[in-house]
Amino acid sequence: MFIRFFFELKNAGIPVSLREHLTLLEAMSRNVACYEVTKFYYLSRSALVKDERYLDRFDRVFSQCFQGLEGGSEDIETSLPEEWLAKLAELHLTEEEKAEIERMGGFEKLMETLKKRLEQQKGRHQGGSKWIGTAGTSPYGAYGYNPQGIRIGQDKSRHRRAVKVWDRREYRNLDDTIEIGTRNIKVALRRLRRFTRDGAASELDLPKTIKSTAQNGGYLDIQMVPERRNAVKVLLFLDAGGSMDDHVKVCEELFSAARSEFKNLEFFYFHNCLYEGVWRDNKRRHSESLSTLELLRSYPSDYKVIFVGDATMSPYEITYPGGSVEHWNEEPGGVWMQRLLSAYPSAVWLNPQGRRTWDYYDSIRIMREIMGNRMYSLTIEGLDEAMRAIS
Amino acid sequence: MKKQTKFQGTDTYVATEDLMVAVNAAITLERPLLIKGEPGTGKTVLAHEVAGSIRAPLIEWHIKSTTKAQHGLYEYDAVKRLRDSQLGDERVHEISNYIVRGKLWDAFTAKARPVLLIDEIDKADIEFPNDLLLELDRMEFFVYETQQRIVAKQRPIVIITSNNEKELPDAFLRRCFFHYISFPDENTMRAIIDVHFPDLTGFLVRDALKIFYELRDTPGIKKPPSTSEFLDWLKLLLAEDLPADALRDSDTKKLIPPLHGALLKNEQDVQLFEQLAFIARREKSKT
Repeated sequence: MFIRFFFELKNAGIPVSLREHLTLLEAMSRNVACYEVTKFYYLSRSALVKDERYLDRFDRVFSQCFQGLEGGSEDIETSLPEEWLAKLAELHLTEEEKAEIERMGGFEKLMETLKKRLEQQKGRHQGGSKWIGTAGTSPYGAYGYNPQGIRIGQDKSRHRRAVKVWDRREYRNLDDTIEIGTRNIKVALRRLRRFTRDGAASELDLPKTIKSTAQNGGYLDIQMVPERRNAVKVLLFLDAGGSMDDHVKVCEELFSAARSEFKNLEFFYFHNCLYEGVWRDNKRRHSESLSTLELLRSYPSDYKVIFVGDATMSPYEITYPGGSVEHWNEEPGGVWMQRLLSAYPSAVWLNPQGRRTWDYYDSIRIMREIMGNRMYSLTIEGLDEAMRAIS
Repeated sequence: MKKQTKFQGTDTYVATEDLMVAVNAAITLERPLLIKGEPGTGKTVLAHEVAGSIRAPLIEWHIKSTTKAQHGLYEYDAVKRLRDSQLGDERVHEISNYIVRGKLWDAFTAKARPVLLIDEIDKADIEFPNDLLLELDRMEFFVYETQQRIVAKQRPIVIITSNNEKELPDAFLRRCFFHYISFPDENTMRAIIDVHFPDLTGFLVRDALKIFYELRDTPGIKKPPSTSEFLDWLKLLLAEDLPADALRDSDTKKLIPPLHGALLKNEQDVQLFEQLAFIARREKSKT
């Protein structure tokens, strides 16, 4: 039962397991869904989808699998009031599209044809080039590609009674096909844990207490120890340059994962290559920058350094004085990199740019040389290797 | 008996149909229900309402960053026992005197089937959900100190909320039902307002809703206001006894809606909104 549905979900990349499918069947046999299609939709969604990111994909698969099922209730298309169609079309059409409509014989004509077809069409339709439905090339219907098209089935509030809930696709915004979630990043970052006990003594040290109680002639002598903490200290340098815009999402995830994983995390921004100043707030980068020399003085050498940047720039930005695209730098970026690396022996560079492309950029090659080959791609594997390298 | 165990929303809580199906599925199959959604959409309140509507006792377990899974089962107070032994207390011979019960234990041994709320599970350490897998699945655990197996008399209804600060492990998710409380549309919102402020005049609600949804749709806003913030704001508006048309002429005299502090909690957002309102006014005066 519902095996095809299950495999369709799996093919669509939704992580469903046999266990969840059995749960759904159990719920069906216990009559939770009461033999109603909408309730079955809600139930299967609740049992099979465990992350809001997949809700939209689930809706699409559901609509595909059960498109023959929704007979019985009235068709959405035939119940659209005429003035509403006109208003909706006006809302969605741009000036150019309106000109296109003129080409087809004017708006009235289009509406007339639409009404005629609505009368002819009895069932729901998908694909094809004439009938009204979804994903087709006919001018009428939803999610289509015809520039003269009119969108039907997009407005939620006006006819919610008629449109199938799974066709409303309310969760579209939540679908982001990202490769690595923060959980995986955090698990990778855990390699960098260094547990030590320092600070205020707040936990009972049982072995020590027993020992000193015995020595004390049987009278209780309680010994306390500080709590175990992750004592690793991290300096995170993030490239905030223009070419990094494509990688903002993955950097944000890395950043949020690092923030919750490391208690001692200091982060700074730079642009393309490290120069004499870094900053903490991108908005106030010109007024509130911190000189790199001061940074070297204030953080001891047991800090681990992680650079995040695509290192794609002109090679001059690394090798020549005055190479920076933003300001006049007295000393080349490479010198500043060397300075930092000699102060902090454990350092890595994480590069969100795909590994295959690294050889095409001179700047990446130079930067890898400076880093002593400790450049890793910003993927789970790369992160894992990088954390190993500095732990 | 059957009738009573179905959740249908209550006088003080508007439940959408999909939420009801999810809750009832979790109750019928005795599996945990995981609730996610924007802050302020009524995730925690749901547990209270479910407990109220099926007349079950509610046991709340609020999770903090320092909470361990063991805390929910039991804790062994070794220090107290050590001290009692020093003082020659008789109770020291019985180890069970020093076992402190956790919330899960309470839920397992409650007289009537309780609702157990595990609130904000994502606040805890990343391994926390994994440590509770077996306990939530089989509804039993073992107390090593007393060699005692605690088995649930009846499986409690477990409601877990998460704010998505951490992703939850797959093995944990497989065992739950899941529901994402999406932001209410205007009709649901109206129903929610009716439940909370039954005697509110229609046009005030209409104007307030309009401002609220405009605010939520403002591009670039960092923390869009939520349902609970909107209800707070309505409460303030009522308490201030503003003139009825105060919300409507706000765009001409004042730039941002009155008492906006209840809606916008971020100073950058307030600035952004002021700028946008300013631009809107300038455009209006041009035409």
